[in-house]
Amino acid sequence: MPDAPGLELIAQGIEEGRPGTVVETAFEHGLATLIVHPDGVLHALRWLRDTDDQGYRFLSSLHAADYLPATPRFAVHYELLCRERVERLHVKALLEDPAAGDGSNGETAVEKLPELDSCVALYPTAEFQEREAYDFFGIVFRGHPDLRRILMPEDYVGWPQRRDFPIGGEPVLFTHNEIEAPRWFE
Amino acid sequence: MEVERESLRARQLRARDLLRGDLEGRDLEEYVEERLLTTTLENVLNWGRANALFPMTFGLACCAIEMMSMVTSRYDIARFGAEAFRASPRQADMMILSGRVSIKMAPVVRRVYDQMLEPKWVIAMGACSSSGGMFSNYAVVQGADKFMPVDIHVPGCPPRPEALLHGFNKLQRLVRGQPDLGWRQRYNAVGTEEWARFDTGEPTPEAIERAALAVRRGSSADARARDSATREKSEEEPV
Repeated sequence: MPDAPGLELIAQGIEEGRPGTVVETAFEHGLATLIVHPDGVLHALRWLRDTDDQGYRFLSSLHAADYLPATPRFAVHYELLCRERVERLHVKALLEDPAAGDGSNGETAVEKLPELDSCVALYPTAEFQEREAYDFFGIVFRGHPDLRRILMPEDYVGWPQRRDFPIGGEPVLFTHNEIEAPRWFE
Repeated sequence: MEVERESLRARQLRARDLLRGDLEGRDLEEYVEERLLTTTLENVLNWGRANALFPMTFGLACCAIEMMSMVTSRYDIARFGAEAFRASPRQADMMILSGRVSIKMAPVVRRVYDQMLEPKWVIAMGACSSSGGMFSNYAVVQGADKFMPVDIHVPGCPPRPEALLHGFNKLQRLVRGQPDLGWRQRYNAVGTEEWARFDTGEPTPEAIERAALAVRRGSSADARARDSATREKSEEEPV
């Protein structure tokens, strides 16, 4: 993991190529984190992969998250690993929810989904992981070769890991709460 | 001992006579009557079916481990004639739903069930396949009987192999046409139904009265119990 000055140097290097890419640097949960603008994700990843003294050539994980009350609502996380120095770096792109605030409540004909550039060209391993992020959070990756659902059935409707998705299942009636539903058997 | 040996010898000689064709008339009648059991074809058929159930080789989740150990020599389902797990649904006549059924797996399970030949039976093993269990979420079907008929539910998470064997024995009784109905009468447990104590936690006076009535009627006779099992439904529905 790069230390604080090292992380600032990385941020500076990325900023030189494309100003406005790095929004913030932080140490979150013990991980050096680069918070990047969603439009600059590809630039940042390419710089981290191809710059000689960086060499983050391994994408160990790509995953999405939903921070519902917060804005921006979504985030896509990239866990990078430099295998020569065994250093990890966390890149995080925050995404606004395009459906927020229009009051449509998901009833529009075309669902508005957050979009982000796909990094399959840089890291082939991202293909399935981006499909998973699309499957569960409805984040569309522009330029993905085959963006389909991967774990849920293909005709499934909804994005089940979003925080506003109902938990589902059925209320379970135990002995201690059967008074709350009297004559449930009828 | 000596007497037994003599009677055995006598029976052996009579059997030899029969095979030679020497037995005639009254002797022949007696010989045949001694060796006959009369029953109905249906009973024999169900008896045979119950003791040669072929389960489907089919595991869904962690319960499948218990199902597999049920086949091993320690628990040994071969004692009950169901050790031949068939890999093809065409040859199987019992399905053990061993684990949670996800919504993606449910159509597959249903298709396998539809491919099995009649008559066929299903055991829902464990909490998940009976009710969804701990998985109250978007991915798991809340009980396999939402999309297919289930004969026996075995509770547990997971059930021990003994529990599954017990459920299997219950299924055998079901197949033989003796479902264990009327157990509340036999075990003197009338009045313990869910609806009898749902608001106070105590049996209602009506339920106690019904229990007393059932005891007076005599709960020992098995045949009576089975008869009253059918009546139990109509009588003990809450009004």
